[in-house]
Amino acid sequence: MAREYETVIGLEVHVELATKTKIFCGCSTAFGGRPNSHTCPVCTGMPGTLPVLNRKVLEYAIAVGLATNCSITRYCKFDRKNYFYPDNPQNYQISQLYLPICRNGYVEIETEPEKLSVETAEGSIIGTGLSGAFQEDGTDRGGPNDKNAYTLGKKRIRIHEIHMEEDAGKLIHDEREDCTLVDFNRSGVPLIEIVTEPDMRSAREVIACLEKLRLIIRYLGASDCKLQEGSMRADVNLSVREFGTEQFGIRTEMKNLNSFRSITRAIENERNRQIDLIESGRAVIQETRRWDEGKEVSLPMRSKEDAKDYRYFPDPDLVPVSISDSFLEEIRARQPEFRTEKMKRYRAEYPIPDYDIEIITESRHMAELFEAAVSLGSQPKKVSNWLMGETLRLLKERELDPEDMRFSPEHLAKLIALTESGVINSTVAKEVFEVMFDRDVDPEEYVEEQGLRMVSDESALRKVVEEVIASNPRSVQDYYNGRERAVGFLVGQTMKATKGKANPASVKELLKELLEEEGCPILNDRYTRNNCRVS
Amino acid sequence: MELLSLSAVELGRLIREGRATAVEAMEAVLDKIEETDETYHCYVTVDKEHALKKAARVQEQIEAGELSGPLAGVPMAVKDNLCTEGVRTTCGSRILENFVPTYSADAVRKLEDAGAVMVGKTNMDEFAMGSTTETSAYGSTRNPRNPEYVPGGSSGGSAAAVAAGECFFALGSDTGGSIRQPASHCGVVGMKPTYGTVSRYGLVAYGSSLDQVGPLCRTVEDCAVILETLASDVPGNTEPVCRDSTLIVRKDTDFTAALKKDVKGMHIGIPIEYISLRDKNNSGTDREVRNAVLKAAELLKANGAVMEEFHLDLVDYAIPAYYTIAAAEASSNLERFDGIKYGYRDRDARELHQMYRQTRSRGFGAEVKRRIMLGSFVLSSGYYEAYYLKALRVKAMIKQAFDRAFTKYDCILGPVAPTTAPKLGKSLTDPIKMYLRDIYTISVNLAGLPAMSIPCGTDGKGLPVGLQLIGDCFQEKKLLQIAYTYERLREGTGK
Amino acid sequence: MEKKITDETIEYVGILAKLALSGEEKKQAERDMSRMLAYIDKLNELDTAGVEPMSHVFPVQNVFREDVVTNGEQTEKILRNAPARKDDMFAVPKTFD
Repeated sequence: MAREYETVIGLEVHVELATKTKIFCGCSTAFGGRPNSHTCPVCTGMPGTLPVLNRKVLEYAIAVGLATNCSITRYCKFDRKNYFYPDNPQNYQISQLYLPICRNGYVEIETEPEKLSVETAEGSIIGTGLSGAFQEDGTDRGGPNDKNAYTLGKKRIRIHEIHMEEDAGKLIHDEREDCTLVDFNRSGVPLIEIVTEPDMRSAREVIACLEKLRLIIRYLGASDCKLQEGSMRADVNLSVREFGTEQFGIRTEMKNLNSFRSITRAIENERNRQIDLIESGRAVIQETRRWDEGKEVSLPMRSKEDAKDYRYFPDPDLVPVSISDSFLEEIRARQPEFRTEKMKRYRAEYPIPDYDIEIITESRHMAELFEAAVSLGSQPKKVSNWLMGETLRLLKERELDPEDMRFSPEHLAKLIALTESGVINSTVAKEVFEVMFDRDVDPEEYVEEQGLRMVSDESALRKVVEEVIASNPRSVQDYYNGRERAVGFLVGQTMKATKGKANPASVKELLKELLEEEGCPILNDRYTRNNCRVS
Repeated sequence: MELLSLSAVELGRLIREGRATAVEAMEAVLDKIEETDETYHCYVTVDKEHALKKAARVQEQIEAGELSGPLAGVPMAVKDNLCTEGVRTTCGSRILENFVPTYSADAVRKLEDAGAVMVGKTNMDEFAMGSTTETSAYGSTRNPRNPEYVPGGSSGGSAAAVAAGECFFALGSDTGGSIRQPASHCGVVGMKPTYGTVSRYGLVAYGSSLDQVGPLCRTVEDCAVILETLASDVPGNTEPVCRDSTLIVRKDTDFTAALKKDVKGMHIGIPIEYISLRDKNNSGTDREVRNAVLKAAELLKANGAVMEEFHLDLVDYAIPAYYTIAAAEASSNLERFDGIKYGYRDRDARELHQMYRQTRSRGFGAEVKRRIMLGSFVLSSGYYEAYYLKALRVKAMIKQAFDRAFTKYDCILGPVAPTTAPKLGKSLTDPIKMYLRDIYTISVNLAGLPAMSIPCGTDGKGLPVGLQLIGDCFQEKKLLQIAYTYERLREGTGK
Repeated sequence: MEKKITDETIEYVGILAKLALSGEEKKQAERDMSRMLAYIDKLNELDTAGVEPMSHVFPVQNVFREDVVTNGEQTEKILRNAPARKDDMFAVPKTFD
């Protein structure tokens, strides 16, 4: 019988922190910018320059640690990691090895039901998105190594440590001169590196873990966590072992994974590669590999010049950080309400469906929009409808992240009020919303400027309706002939004539009134009232 | 020229009183350089035109009342490992042969803000690694007291420039004795302040946990004035407050207040280990050095100081601990010299790693490479604990030994070096023998203490002997007071 | 700590430190380092059990900057000393690995 393998995965997640300045100097961290325009002697490694720690970096790192159940290292230090590479201006990276800021945490992920499938020609199991239930004592190593023992539900992914460090510059290959160009704008941008234990068993769990980390970090406002832009980067440590064995296999580290899709594909690919090696009697080599997104293969990143001996030692240019109770309490007090608590509260406070709650709380920004609009007097369900409907549609259409939405809750509340009070109808409202979504215009002002108010002036509307009746004799005739549907057409014509600014209900009412009205000036002798109700 | 015989403070006073100008002082110094620097080679870079222009500008500011401090208009020399905006900074190395910083070291800026005018950049052992100024890629500096001899190092150019009258005072840096030892060999005053007293920003790092900037000058009064300027906040300076995380904010920077001729009741300890005579193994102090130092002690004792000999623990362990720590830090600090951002690049290399290796192999001299190799090794996988951490533990014990001594003494007195200056070309062949000459200075850096060197006589060849005064941390004032008293007493004896 | 410095050690440290030593330099380095390490081994005479390694002499802690942009654009200054540059970037030989 074919052997069955289990995938064992740990993550090293780098997250760029949302500070205004770099970790050790006063240069801006703004994205873009001309090459080397956000640099100074410190972040380009000029002789004699020295680092001074950005306080905000420490605060963010601690906030993430608290939110991921870590213990905070009350006396921590920075170490130098020595290696030569052109993107690293000092040829050492300031990082933390011996006393990282956070240790021994965990995040909980929800594992969805999925069929345990034994398939493929190699007889291997693909997509075992099933997991061991976590144990309270935290000794879980990703579930007992017995595929039958896998259960569904919540799983705890343990965090080994979180440390602070500096990002490297960017290298660009110049084809014409056949050389490498270095831009240090990103050099010194603050990072935290979150290192998990090898507790994941499938790509699905890896994605769930990353999504959970992203949610938490975004809630904290500590980073925007965008994989595509590189503000969140995950390296995957993967090994395989036969079900039933205790010992981990030899692992590889996969880099250059820029999307959840890449991560999923790379995990499948690397799993199969390792199984193939083992099955054919060869050994897996412990190495770092680089994922090629286009070709969907990985290649080893090795060099004889790369001794992997980083000669870490405490950076003598930086002093230790000692975290007092009050400092820690200050950060703890500033922690936001996280999603789980928020969902619980929403269920108690707002009469909206669970599904809406789940979607809205996925983004702290969206949740805050929701709450702010409600507190401005809008009905929760109305707000939720706007968020669940038009907002999600436009986010998808514009390929935007909920965190990047710019319209204010005040404007959303105004828009809802305009609709509710009948100043505009729902078609116009959608049109206004789209403009508001893109440019955060004030709906009231916009409606006035564009003349989008519903025609509510009775006499003006009556005049339009009269004109519509006059110019559509056939439909009028149809109506009198008992075809109620003809009213619908006449309503449509009226709406068209008012450029959508009329309230369709009032139009219909008025139409009927006029058509039924005796002595209606329009109802001259050209028409025969066969089916007149009032005769 | 008359001016050149003055101390920095005396010159400053003359300029303030309008009896001399900054330009005259600068001209005098430049003339002297013209006359003697071909022999002594104190400087790596002198930009006459720039120096004169700067002196003229400072003179205007003095006359306009914008500058009134004691150092306004005084020409100074700056060791070539302190970055100077717009002026080449080589660290005595080929790898920085064309490096022109776009920023100035905090120490340089403070003195310039106080009106001191830079003459030029002084020669030094490459990256401050050496104690003779012979490892410089720009040739050796000679001792102005006798050009057949080295000036000491690594701040040899600064010490020699002060001794030769080629400046009125100079800045140096001291990682294991690099201010005190050349000061001693050249017969001038030098001080290494408590670690963290002077900002290291802009000082090209050798051993970051040991490096400290300090003055080399003619008198103890000059020393106090310069230190006061270096350690105090400049009023009205709006630059970001802290550019050096290891800087210690001190309130007691009125060092000139310690210039009192009084040592009555001060307890001074002399480590027996520092004055034991030289034996067959080449350890111990030369008789003439010992005699000069003990004579100075006698003079202080005669004026009321309480002298006592005592055993200072762990003296023999300071050198191995120091060279482990300094080499480790240096190996990392010098990684940034890679031919990419500044300095020398080997143009033959076509591939990155080849470029790194050729640039560094050709850019660094033998002593620097020796310490980089040693430092990389002691930090490498498997040896970090056994060598580097062991050395940091011994460092802690050495600090404790000093702490114990300072419960009894206000100051520790001894020689700066076991001998006077060696002859040119005699030191570099045996590194360990060379390192052993640092035995009395380096433990001070390990423990972060302040220490001074002041002239206390000469040997039979007429070469100066330096008296070392070591204080507990932050006790520069005690050192200055004892040094000032001794200087006055010695003047009184006419010796 | 006994450590025999071999050709391999020197080769390895050369890779770490990015130094290319000639045959003669390697021999010299081997001799120098062996002597130096033998000398450093003197530290093993001391019992340092229970002594904390001392990185910083003084207990200075918590030195921070505030998160405020203080540096303006200085691209030209930063590139001024570059041995080779192109398009406002530092130009370096490419790596073959």
